[in-house]
Amino acid sequence: MLVGHQPKDFLLAVSGLTVSFDGFKAVNDLSFYVEENEIRVIIGPNGAGKTTVLDLICGKTRATSGSIQFRGQELTKLRENEIVQAGVGRKFQTPSVFEDLTVFENLEISFPRGRTVFGSLTFQRDDTVKQRVEEVAEMIFLKDRLNTYADQLSHGQKQWLEIGMLLIQDPDLLMLDEPVAGMSVSERAKTAELLNRIIKDRSVLVIEHDMKFVEDIAHKVTVLHQGQILSEGTMEHVKNDPKVIEVYLGH
Amino acid sequence: MINSRFFNRSELLGFLALAVLLFLILPLSLDIFRLNLVAKYLTYAFVGIGLVLCWGYGGILSLGQGVFFGLGGYCMAMYLKLEASSVANTKIQSTPGIPDFMDWNQLTALPFFWKPFHSFPITLLAILLVPAFFALIIGAAMFKRRVGGVYFAIITQAIAAILTILIVGQQGYTGGINGITDLRTLHGWDIRTDHAKFILYFVEVVLLFGCIVAAQFIRLTKLGRILVAMREQEDRVRFSGYSVANFKIFAFCAAAVFAAIGGAMFTLEVGFMSPSFVGIVPSIEMVIYTAVGGRMSIFGAVWGALLVNFAKTSLSESFPQLWLFGLGALFIAVVLAFPNGLSGIWADHVQPRIDRLLASRKSKSAAGMIADGAPAE
Repeated sequence: MLVGHQPKDFLLAVSGLTVSFDGFKAVNDLSFYVEENEIRVIIGPNGAGKTTVLDLICGKTRATSGSIQFRGQELTKLRENEIVQAGVGRKFQTPSVFEDLTVFENLEISFPRGRTVFGSLTFQRDDTVKQRVEEVAEMIFLKDRLNTYADQLSHGQKQWLEIGMLLIQDPDLLMLDEPVAGMSVSERAKTAELLNRIIKDRSVLVIEHDMKFVEDIAHKVTVLHQGQILSEGTMEHVKNDPKVIEVYLGH
Repeated sequence: MINSRFFNRSELLGFLALAVLLFLILPLSLDIFRLNLVAKYLTYAFVGIGLVLCWGYGGILSLGQGVFFGLGGYCMAMYLKLEASSVANTKIQSTPGIPDFMDWNQLTALPFFWKPFHSFPITLLAILLVPAFFALIIGAAMFKRRVGGVYFAIITQAIAAILTILIVGQQGYTGGINGITDLRTLHGWDIRTDHAKFILYFVEVVLLFGCIVAAQFIRLTKLGRILVAMREQEDRVRFSGYSVANFKIFAFCAAAVFAAIGGAMFTLEVGFMSPSFVGIVPSIEMVIYTAVGGRMSIFGAVWGALLVNFAKTSLSESFPQLWLFGLGALFIAVVLAFPNGLSGIWADHVQPRIDRLLASRKSKSAAGMIADGAPAE
C-alpha cells in the first residue's frame, strides 16, 4: 500500500514501521490502520514489541524507518509534546502521576491550556478549569480526594488518576498500556466500567493481557509476534487462528 | 480551595520574622562593620533563592551559579570602575581615562565591550540580561539535547572553571586574578562611607524581599507546579503536552538572574569583584548554603546563606584549616540526615509543636471562656 493514499476515515495509519536497537528489530515492517472511534487491542507474548509500538507512536522512541500518519499528519517528525497537542494521549504501564502534587493539581496540569512557559505563568484557575477537573475526578472515582497528595493514593487509584489526566487532555487517540495490570478484582471491574465510558467519541489503542477484558472491549484485535503482525481481525477470528493459538493463546 | 492565598500562615510568619530581623533587629544591634558583613552574606541569599526554584523545585542542580553571580558582579564593577577612572583621576597613566589595570597591560583604548558600561541604565539592564542570555544559551544547548542530572551539574562546573580561567588569563580586559578593585562612586555617590554602607544594606534587603516575592509568585503559578511535576516524572510532563526543555531553560535563567542581582549587590557592598567569587569552590558553597537552609524553602535559602556564612566567618577566623572540612562535613550531614535542611527540620519538628501548643492554648482559653461565662448565666 502506498503512503498518502489511505482512505480518509483512517485516524491512524502506520505503515512499514521498523525500529532496530543495535541491529535487533523490535518492530519489523509493521503496518496497521485504526479507524475513527475504533477500539483496537494489541495482544502478544512478552517481547513481541507491543509497548515499543506505543512508544513509537507517541514519539518516546524514534522509528528507524516507516511512517505514522495521524489525521494526515506525519508523527515521526514531531516532538513528544507536539504529538500530544495533535491529539494523541498515552498512559504508561506503571502509573506515572506527580506524587508531590494533589489530585487536583495533577489533573489541572493536563488541562489543555497554558502549555507554554508564559502561558503557564499567566494561567488562571478559573471556573472552566475547576468544573472540568471536578467532572473528571468524579468519573475516575476520586471526587472526594481532590486535595489528597497523589503519593497517598493506592496503586489502582493512581492508575485511575493517570487515566483521568489523559481524559482531561481530551485526545482523539488514547493509548493505554495494560490499564488493569496489578489491580484487585473490584478495581478491575470499576476500571472496565470507566474505560467503557471514556472510549466513546474517540479511538483507543490498548495493550492488555486479560483476555476477558479484551473480549469485552475490543472491536478489532492485532496479535504481535516478534515485531510483526501474526494475525488481525475480530476477537472471534483471532481466537481461532491456529498461528495465534500456537504462539500465544495455547500457553 | 488550595493555594488561594499568596502566603499561607507559616510562610507569612516566616516572611514577617525575616523582615523584623533584617529591617529592625540587625541594623539596630550591629555596628556598621558587622552590618556590612551581613549585607555580604545576604548577597548569597539571592543565589539561594534562585537555586530553590531551579534545584529544589525544578530538580536542576547547577554547580555553576558563581558564573552568574560573577557576571552580575562584573557588570556592576565595570560601571563603577569606569566612573573611578575619569581622566582627572588617571592623568598619571600613559593613557588617561581607562581603568588602571588596562594601562598596566599596555592597552591604549577602552575595549568595545566596556563602552556600554559608561551608562548607568544600560549597566542595570546588563546586570539582568547578560546572565539571563548566558543561561539561555547554556540551557538551550543542554536541555534541548536532554542533558540533565549529574551531567548537567558537571558541565556547569566546567563552565565556572572556564570562566575563571578566562578572567584570570585576560588580565588587560578583566583585571585578572586581582579582579576589578578600587571602586569609589555609584553615579557620583561615594559608596565607601559608613552612611553609604548603611543605605546600601537597606537597598539590598528591599531587593531581597522583592526577589522573595517574585520567587513565591513563580512558585504559586502553574509553572511552579510543572517544575515539581518535571522533577518527579519528566516523561509524564512531556506527554501532557509541555516542552520540558523550555521549562528547564526558564528555571535556569530565573536562577541566573537572581544570582546576578546578588553579584551586583556584592560588588557594591564589598567594593570589588574578583574571579575568586566565580569559580568552582564558591559555586559549590552557594549550593551548600541552599542545602543547609532547605532547598525547598525560599526563606530557608536566606537563613542558610546567613547562618553558614556567619559560621564561616567566626570559625575560619579561629580554625582556618579546619573550616573547609567542616563545610564539607556539614554538606554531607545535611544531605544524609536532613535532605530538606533547616526548613525541613522546622516544618517536621518545630512547627507541629507550635501548632499543638497554640491548639491547646486555644482550647484552654475556649474552656476558660465557658467557665467565665457560666456564672453570668
